Amino acid sequence: MFDLLELALDAAKQFGATYADARLIEQESELIQTKNLAVSLFNRGDNIGLGIRVIADGGWGFASTQKLTKKAIINCAKRAVEVAKASGTVMKNPVLLASEPAWNATWVSPHLIDPFTVSVEDKLEVLMAAAKTMLAVKGVTLAQGMLHFIRDDKFFANSEGCRLRQTSIRTGCMIEANSSNSEDRQRRSYPCAFGQYEQAGYEMVQKWDLPGHAEQIAQEAVALLTAPLCPQGEVDTIIGSSQLGLQIHESMGHPSELDRALGQEINFAGASFLTPDQRGQLRYGSEIVNLVADATTPGALGSFGFDDEGVAAQCTYLVRNGLFEGYLSSRDTAHLIGLDRSGGAMRAESWNFAPIIRMTNISLLPGSAGSLENLISDTGDGLFMETNKSWSIDSMRYNFQFSTEIAWKIKKGKRSEILKNPSYSGITPVFWNTCDAICDNSENTYWGTPNCGKGQPMQVMWTGHGASPARFRKLTVGIAQS
Amino acid sequence: MLNESQCRKIIDAAIKHALSFASKKKPIEVEVSITGSNLATSRFANNEMTQNQAPDSNVVAVRLLRDGRQARLETLDLSESGIERLVESALEAVKLLEADEDVLALVSAKGMSKKSKEASSRYDLATAELTALERANAVAKIIKQAEDQDVSAAGIYCSGASYIAIGNSNGLFQYHQESTAACSITATADGATSWVLNHAPTASEVNTELLAERVINRAKQARMPEDLPPGKYLAILEPAAVIDLLSYLWWDFSGTSHIDKLSCLLDKVGEKVFGDNITIVDDVTNKNQCGCPFDGEGVPRQTITLVENGVIKNLVHSRLSAKKMQTKTTGHSVAQPSAMGEMPLNIVIEGGISSIEDMIKQVQGDQEAVLLTRVWYVREVDPSTKLLTGMTRDGTFLVKNGAVVKPVKNLRFNVSLLELLNNVIALGTSVRAAGAEGIEVPAVVPAMMVKDFNFTEGTRF
Repeated sequence: MFDLLELALDAAKQFGATYADARLIEQESELIQTKNLAVSLFNRGDNIGLGIRVIADGGWGFASTQKLTKKAIINCAKRAVEVAKASGTVMKNPVLLASEPAWNATWVSPHLIDPFTVSVEDKLEVLMAAAKTMLAVKGVTLAQGMLHFIRDDKFFANSEGCRLRQTSIRTGCMIEANSSNSEDRQRRSYPCAFGQYEQAGYEMVQKWDLPGHAEQIAQEAVALLTAPLCPQGEVDTIIGSSQLGLQIHESMGHPSELDRALGQEINFAGASFLTPDQRGQLRYGSEIVNLVADATTPGALGSFGFDDEGVAAQCTYLVRNGLFEGYLSSRDTAHLIGLDRSGGAMRAESWNFAPIIRMTNISLLPGSAGSLENLISDTGDGLFMETNKSWSIDSMRYNFQFSTEIAWKIKKGKRSEILKNPSYSGITPVFWNTCDAICDNSENTYWGTPNCGKGQPMQVMWTGHGASPARFRKLTVGIAQS
Repeated sequence: MLNESQCRKIIDAAIKHALSFASKKKPIEVEVSITGSNLATSRFANNEMTQNQAPDSNVVAVRLLRDGRQARLETLDLSESGIERLVESALEAVKLLEADEDVLALVSAKGMSKKSKEASSRYDLATAELTALERANAVAKIIKQAEDQDVSAAGIYCSGASYIAIGNSNGLFQYHQESTAACSITATADGATSWVLNHAPTASEVNTELLAERVINRAKQARMPEDLPPGKYLAILEPAAVIDLLSYLWWDFSGTSHIDKLSCLLDKVGEKVFGDNITIVDDVTNKNQCGCPFDGEGVPRQTITLVENGVIKNLVHSRLSAKKMQTKTTGHSVAQPSAMGEMPLNIVIEGGISSIEDMIKQVQGDQEAVLLTRVWYVREVDPSTKLLTGMTRDGTFLVKNGAVVKPVKNLRFNVSLLELLNNVIALGTSVRAAGAEGIEVPAVVPAMMVKDFNFTEGTRF
């Protein structure tokens, strides 16, 4: 494959590019969805193509092709350079790239069982067993399941001599029980809303044991129909691990994207309240809040060996001991805030898109509050909320409102009754400054978000978020239903 | 981009290859669809170009049915051998599944009307072939207008074309191509922003100069926003805000959402649910609409009245939901198989006679209203009441005594669509509008003035 990349780079240089990189990705995927006891979707896909990104006349250009003939690749390079030259007519300052070693390496995501070698019968057996268990619970009106497997084989080369090959296997799984009556609709999902995804093989499906959790979520979905509403007020609240993962994604991950902070995403995804002048100054959270962007975490969904402009994976502190410290950055934005090197966060959905700054694994480092049960015992009276139901945050990432599928009242240090339609809201730095306890590493899970949208045209990216349950004092809850 | 004859050739070859494996005992049905796009996007921010992409892709999908089972496979390999491999893989895949009574025989071409010609005017060669330099020149003019007013501009100008072709072993063949030009601009003046988006089948309908002028003036009006206490206000929703809120309601009109008991309109067909002034139609042939005149199975889309004077009149159906609900398909299937089922994609809301200026003038006496340019990050909080939350964005203003009196900081809202569509007190003229949330296709919607719009919290910006 590298010969095709060399061809693309040579052609781009001949047409006038001063820098060029090329990515060729071969992808294989399988998606199985079930609705009640039927297969609602069985979809397999293969996908191969090449994207060429160039700088010419100081501007960026990108073009792509799924035809991998010599002629098509040369035409694609020509188109990329034409686009870059057109960009060059509307530039104030030419694009400047932070330096990066010209890596020559291979990387493979960790996996034990190649999911593409597991029979469809075995996969359906898992989903059908879970569906039968959910439907056996009286009151369940819809039971759904999903298994998803993706293998990317990615080749990258640039005009600086970098040559990389990376193979990634991503696996996702989920079941969902719905219970509806004429007045209400309730849902419970497992392991989390939208499905848990990891860079792992089929062993990940076995680990999460969908059939083994089907009855519990089915019973909870039915119980939610008649449960009391979550109250309104300011309540000490423990946020469960998967919900906290999404909270981190929205209120730390996105605002720390440097392109947003510099105004480059303001037309669609928005900007950021974390402006560069606040680095090292803003108390983003309490002393126990440490947030990192770590692309090196084995198995987490946002990990890689190298990003999509050939920068090696790194671990960067975004918040250290509560203080805002760093950004997710790229080769062309690093110098704008005085960095010598990109933080390695440039990623593209496929060969058909130019990379943009994306989250890797944005994680809250575990604390010292022990297990979830320890934290509940320590809380006295309060709430425990888990599994995302809806999420909304303003375009500066400052005011947010989340709701979860379920909450439990905490009474005298014990988990008690189920509450429905829980929601909470707040202001990002105020919220993180009320965090006074984080469970330890035994409760830490790397949640995978497979559907993060950003960019124009919109690109969907897979990101990871390590989180242990954590407690937030006097959280505003229930305002959505006011 | 593949033209009609290129698509037909690929589809016919795939069908022929699939049928070569059929026998009397083991018949095969096959559906082949091809989709493609070369929509290029020139992107700018801080008054310079930041990204410029010209992608190109074509995807072939084969849906193969045998013994009451079906599998769908996709590839980007359009070569003869690639298509043959895809068909053979589908034949293997279908063996792995269990028979399912919900698998319907493919649609037949017999008796199918040919409405697709009406939408062929949505293709404009000049728009489809707009060059990167032409887009850059348009962007340069927008930036010049912004710089002349000490304003920072960001946005996109995109152009190109897309197509879909579908054919099956029962003789069906449909092809639709469409060009697109879209420009959105965010203008920033002293930290205050405004936004505008125009989306049309032809570039000549997208007046970038006018859009820039409007958004620059709006951004200047939005400077120095003040706090507004949360509470229930009269709200004037511009068309982009209307489409981004109401797009969360459209799937609730699908047959599948009723079969699965997920719709907020469950058991309400025939009932009066909304105000007298609410009439909503799904009509792909409307001159201000975009999109394909046939559905994901190749069935022509019918014009369907969803709501008439507040009464829920009809749902939209695929062939499967129609069978389960003992009615007929309306031609609204998404690509099958799908858990989602169907979707009305060509919404037209009947408008009124009020302009936004008229609505502003209606705010008199003790009344206060909030004028919303746009809503953002709208999400469903409670599916049973269609309670949505979201934020205002890019220009929010307080209206008093018949005039806009000041810009205000953005507000979070929590509103039920079932209530909102009972609280509409004035409607503007329906126009083609597009939002940035929900469905990305445009709709034909009016501005709306609504009472009791529930703002629950504020933010700093």
